[in-house]
Amino acid sequence: MSHSSLDPNRDRSRQAFLSRATLITSALLIGGMLLVLVLHALPASNPLYVSSATVALLGKYFTYMLLALAVDLIWGYLGILSLGHGAFFALGGYAMGLYLNAQGASLSGWQGLMASFPLAALAVVLAPGILALSFGWLAFRSRVTGVYFSIITQAMTFALMLAFNRNEMGMGGSTGLTRFSELLGFRLAADGMTVALFVASGSAVLLAFWLCRAIVVSRLGRVAVATRDAEARVRFLGYRVEHVKLSLFVVSAMIAGIAGALYVPQVGIINPSTFAPLFSIEVVVWVALGGRATLFGALLGALVVNYLKTVLTGAMPDAWLFLLGGLFVVVTMALPRGIAGVLAWRGRQEGAT
Amino acid sequence: MMMNSLGGDRQRGRRLCHSLLLGLLLLCAALATTASAAVNETQARALLQALDTRSFQAKGEAAQAIADSQATQKTRWLQALLDGRLGKERRGEQFYIVTDDSGREWPLIDAITFADAGSGSRRTVDIFKINNALRTQLQGMIASLSLAEGDERARLAAADRLIGEVSADNVESVRASREQEESQAVRARLGVALALYAAQQGDAGALDTLAGNLDTRVRNSLTTLAAGDGELAAQAQRVLDGIERKRAWYDRAQTLFFGLSAGSILVLAAIGLAITFGVMGVINMAHGELIMIGAYTTWLIQQALPGQPGLALLLAIPGGFLVAGAFGVLIERTVIRFLKGRPLETLLATFGLSLILQQLVRTLFSPLNRRVASPDWLQGAWQINDALSLTLNRLGVLGFCLLVFAALWALMRYTRLGLEVRAVTQNRAMARAMGVRAARVDMLTFGLGAGVAGLAGVALSQLTNVGPNLGQGYIVDSFLVVVFGGVGNLWGTLVAGMSLGVINQVLQPWVGAVLAKIIVLVGVILFIQKRPQGIFAPKGRVS
Repeated sequence: MSHSSLDPNRDRSRQAFLSRATLITSALLIGGMLLVLVLHALPASNPLYVSSATVALLGKYFTYMLLALAVDLIWGYLGILSLGHGAFFALGGYAMGLYLNAQGASLSGWQGLMASFPLAALAVVLAPGILALSFGWLAFRSRVTGVYFSIITQAMTFALMLAFNRNEMGMGGSTGLTRFSELLGFRLAADGMTVALFVASGSAVLLAFWLCRAIVVSRLGRVAVATRDAEARVRFLGYRVEHVKLSLFVVSAMIAGIAGALYVPQVGIINPSTFAPLFSIEVVVWVALGGRATLFGALLGALVVNYLKTVLTGAMPDAWLFLLGGLFVVVTMALPRGIAGVLAWRGRQEGAT
Repeated sequence: MMMNSLGGDRQRGRRLCHSLLLGLLLLCAALATTASAAVNETQARALLQALDTRSFQAKGEAAQAIADSQATQKTRWLQALLDGRLGKERRGEQFYIVTDDSGREWPLIDAITFADAGSGSRRTVDIFKINNALRTQLQGMIASLSLAEGDERARLAAADRLIGEVSADNVESVRASREQEESQAVRARLGVALALYAAQQGDAGALDTLAGNLDTRVRNSLTTLAAGDGELAAQAQRVLDGIERKRAWYDRAQTLFFGLSAGSILVLAAIGLAITFGVMGVINMAHGELIMIGAYTTWLIQQALPGQPGLALLLAIPGGFLVAGAFGVLIERTVIRFLKGRPLETLLATFGLSLILQQLVRTLFSPLNRRVASPDWLQGAWQINDALSLTLNRLGVLGFCLLVFAALWALMRYTRLGLEVRAVTQNRAMARAMGVRAARVDMLTFGLGAGVAGLAGVALSQLTNVGPNLGQGYIVDSFLVVVFGGVGNLWGTLVAGMSLGVINQVLQPWVGAVLAKIIVLVGVILFIQKRPQGIFAPKGRVS
């Protein structure tokens, strides 16, 4: 499979962890978070005041950015397009939802175990991790690649959606899990909790960004990129391509699970629609718009598309699907490298003059 | 000369008219006299008058008297009594039959002469009331009467009604009817009715006649008999077990039929995808929306031709093919052509198109589901026996699927386009080197695949309602069928689609619809592990 859209110069054999883009992105993330906190602390009468609702919304965007990062790690750097990452996100979310549900209620059996936070936190990463491990092991071992892999991941999330819709699963059926009251002994509705979740999500994005960056510049990352561009050649050079794919896939699924876990307390509900194939494929378009194979591009894309969605679904609900569909077409045809590609091109133009 | 002959013609015509009229009158008169020859009006009046009583037992006796009488109108009277349409004038001595009791004002006919008698209502006519016991009795009487008279169809229906209704009162007359009966089918049915009666009276030998009978009434009676004890009960249980075994087989046949009809939809949906995926290696995520477009075309044609669902459906077959095919060519020319060699990007772009198409339909035709009417010849069911009936719309879809498959197969096998498509599927570079215009083949293949998706939509409109989300669920299923059957392999797609449909139907009663779907999904994923090439792997080296 050729990836003519990607600049081969980008895959230099040695890259420093701290590139210019990494520094700028980290600074923007930290600065943005601090700015929001400061503005939120202002009196409500101030025109620059940021309300709790907006803080919660931004916190939700952070979790989406985390999910986009997870998709970009495997799509951008490994060339495997997962159309089922929403499943890992939702599994993490359900683990957190079970924990929140168990607060103040005496549940029996395994659901009772979820009342303990360390166990729940473990489930948040382990549930998606184990699913990704078994699914990926089956798929990569028999060399399912390209569109086959994409559709199978879609089938996976579709099957999980059907399964979680059943009341027998004990996950609330089609209503899902909702009516959460408290987290770690604090009330969820409190203003302080909103801010804390916002900060937690932002920090998670920052940490995951650094983690992904570390992976990408490591030996593993370089083998991954080589696998993306010429899988057979890497295999013949003696690398176990399946292991590379499997490890990155599992890490990506775990990041998605953490994103889901942070998403649930901020939104207050998790239901099977998160498993819907449409959501998973939407995530892909965030990454595609922002710029595949650039970590900051994924973050940017998630922010831009979700901001557009918030604005448009409020103002013109009919237009949103037209725009989303149009984005898919335009980005793949006219902007194969996304916004990041445009920025890089402009950077080169300036450097040349 | 001309005038003369014309005048002669006219005169002859008039004379013919007159003689015809005269003949008709004579016929009527003859009929009327035979009718009154059986019982005269006074006797008929007396028979009906006996029904005018409050006691249901007396009414039953009166009905029996009518059944035993010579009156030619007796079947109609009893039927009218059963239907609650026989009544007497409240302030008078006339008996009426209500021909239509749906409105407030009832049209009436005279019960004795059947002549038009104006109209009446609840206030002017007292309907003779009946109870359940009397209703059963009347049904038995009407059945015996229809056995004596009526054509074969009426006699068959009457014999059918008698199963389980034979009693000491009418057993002799049923037996006599059976002796006189000419039709084999009616005789057999009467035999069953009599055997059931005999068995209920304790005759174990009669049970043999009932072996393998699928009628629910026979089964219920046998269940009651088997609940007792003694030789008779054991024998009844044996016969019952035989019946249950036979029913189980028919149930399996029914499941198989449902599976095949569900599978034929899958095949229709997947076969277009199989062709495009085989030739171009791209997944068209808007394939489901092309199915939806086919279904909406059917609906639109039906809106344009109100009252003619059959014609509309027949027109929708080329219509759906052309409209969906045109959309397919448009998609290929505007989007897919520019994404050559980038299958993942094609997947995303076509997914975007599917969102746009869905929203377009939602905006144009409202998000509500639309019902597409079925023509008469696709309604109802083909009742093979009491345990097995095949619904005609599913049968039609199955036949349609096989027809489309045969047409596609012939196209691939015998036409120039088919040859080129197969060449490009096997080796694009070599085909181009040999002078096949691959770009043109791509476009036509895509149009063909999209057209077949449109046909799937036409078929689907006969099974479910048409809505913007109609096609959404089919992309994953279709892809599974394509992968299961082997990419670009028509026979594989047929076998895979049918088997997935049947497996789904077989699993459903055990585990429920949702879990059955999940099991099939997981099963196919595991299957690809073992055999990535599908059921029918292409022989030799295919790049």
